[in-house]
Amino acid sequence: MGVDKKDTPLHEQLEFDEEMELQGTTFMREVWYRFRRNKMAMAGAITIIFLILIACFAPWVAPHDPYRVDLNEQFIAPCAKYLLGTDMYGRDVLSRVIFGTRISLVIGLVPSIISMILGSVLGIISGYYGGRVDTAIMRVADMVMAFPSLLLAMAVMYTLGANLYNIFIALSIVGWAGTARVVRAQTLSIKEKEFVESARAIGVKNWIIMIRHIFPNCIAPLLVLLTLGIPEAIMSEASLSFLGVGAQPPTPSWGLMISNGKEYLLSAPWVAITPGFAILIIVMAFNFLGDGLRDALDPFMKQ
Amino acid sequence: MANTQEKLLEVKGVKKYFPITGGIFQKVIGNVKAVDGVDMFIKRGETLGLVGESGCGKSTLGRVILRLLDATEGEINYGGKNILKLKKEQMREMRKKMQIIFQDPYASLNPRMTIGDIIGEPMDIFGLASGREKEEKVLELLHVVGLGTQHIRRYPHEFSGGQRQRIGIARALAVDPELIICDEPVSALDVSVRSQVLNLMQELQEKFSLTYLFISHDLSVVKHISDRVSVMYLGKVVEIAEKNELYDKPLHPYTRALLSAIPIPDPEVKRERIILEGDVPSPVNPPSGCHFHTRCKYAKPECSKVEPELKDVGGEHFVACHLY
Repeated sequence: MGVDKKDTPLHEQLEFDEEMELQGTTFMREVWYRFRRNKMAMAGAITIIFLILIACFAPWVAPHDPYRVDLNEQFIAPCAKYLLGTDMYGRDVLSRVIFGTRISLVIGLVPSIISMILGSVLGIISGYYGGRVDTAIMRVADMVMAFPSLLLAMAVMYTLGANLYNIFIALSIVGWAGTARVVRAQTLSIKEKEFVESARAIGVKNWIIMIRHIFPNCIAPLLVLLTLGIPEAIMSEASLSFLGVGAQPPTPSWGLMISNGKEYLLSAPWVAITPGFAILIIVMAFNFLGDGLRDALDPFMKQ
Repeated sequence: MANTQEKLLEVKGVKKYFPITGGIFQKVIGNVKAVDGVDMFIKRGETLGLVGESGCGKSTLGRVILRLLDATEGEINYGGKNILKLKKEQMREMRKKMQIIFQDPYASLNPRMTIGDIIGEPMDIFGLASGREKEEKVLELLHVVGLGTQHIRRYPHEFSGGQRQRIGIARALAVDPELIICDEPVSALDVSVRSQVLNLMQELQEKFSLTYLFISHDLSVVKHISDRVSVMYLGKVVEIAEKNELYDKPLHPYTRALLSAIPIPDPEVKRERIILEGDVPSPVNPPSGCHFHTRCKYAKPECSKVEPELKDVGGEHFVACHLY
């Protein structure tokens, strides 16, 4: 990375730089190079792309209508017509799992993004200004984090009423505090860097310093936090739906499907196991992607 | 060289204390007296070297002058105006005239911004130029500091330490300042690159008629670049004089000890090496009277009681010591 050309005279450096242009060593390219060599992370990324495609084209991929009730076809074991069998109302489990992908991805992404935006803004303000502002924001974050997150989400769901959109709100309220802490810690270290001091010496306004100089340097940990936050949100939604305060029937939510299928776990195990397996796959895929990104974005991991 | 006698910047009795808080209620239980009453001035067009050990407050003083840190007490006059009294907006205007070059070329450039954006930012802030005109100016600055056109879209990590320092210099020059505070600009560089950057800074000084406050702990570098040199010890200036005067006839016992520490690249030369006893006292609780009396072999009873004033002993040679 150009360290070895410190001592060369200027005209030679210029030629050297033309070579560098051909090699092309920008930061993102390096990250991509390191990420690509991590097989688990690549598998996670490919799985997620695959799931996103399935979610987008669910009506074309699903063999049956996920909402069609046929009481003559209850609890059919996996066969040629119903690849993964049917549930207690005779609905096709495979089609319901496929449509459930949409819900899980949206539930995974939307609250994570909302809490990331909220957490970043509050975290940067908290870290940059310090003092009382910092104390106020961080004590609120502590309060949120003091509750077990599922319990808090359940309380919010009881208050707002059980439906899909309220899950967004509940999970965002629970999720911002962690992001705020990470961003605050990052801000505390970045604001002491000389480039921030230099921006202040130029007379750059505080909010521009926060947006232009501090936030871009927080993106790497945020990206990791996001990819690890998505599976958490998916699991929370499944838990809430399983407990009956999340998505309401007949929504094909995976958590709800497990909840409905648990009574028939011995007689018709496919009803509960299939969505459970789907959750396992999506959560593992996001976790591997997150771990891979963390390793790839960490400059100290460089070989 | 100083071509006029006009005082561009005058620092009067400036103090900067960092409070130490403790207990449940974060009460102030003490102060780190980083800068403890400094008087000095810089003439237009000259280079004033500022030397001292680590922790003597020289970098803090530089930051107080730019109001990156708020002074606890004192007055800083720039072109006759006390800048410590300026409001935020007025100070922003003032920043066009004063800039800073930092020590660590790896921490002083935002790793997520291109060189063009880094050098162009001051122009955006002051609305000096935009669009093509801005790019033109950035390129001009890159050439002035010895970098090329092709560097404008690169990121800092693609450059070496010396090149980064050149970028830092270009950024400081972008607002066309009068005074540049150089906070150990070459300390982090290899010796071979160091002289290149120093020579560049001297060229630029002549070209843009700049005034430098050159902060360093490297006495030979300071001797090379400065017109006058000021020596700091524990938050105070102990001696200021014209460069050759100071290096040939140091008066303050601390300056003498400091100068005797410069290595001479000749094994034949024998020289008296003054070794100071003990450590630098803590700036939280500096010694009474003259801050240096605890380590001074000429200390008189008076020294621990009365604080010596910085006085002119002739020919603009100022020294703060009871011996003179």
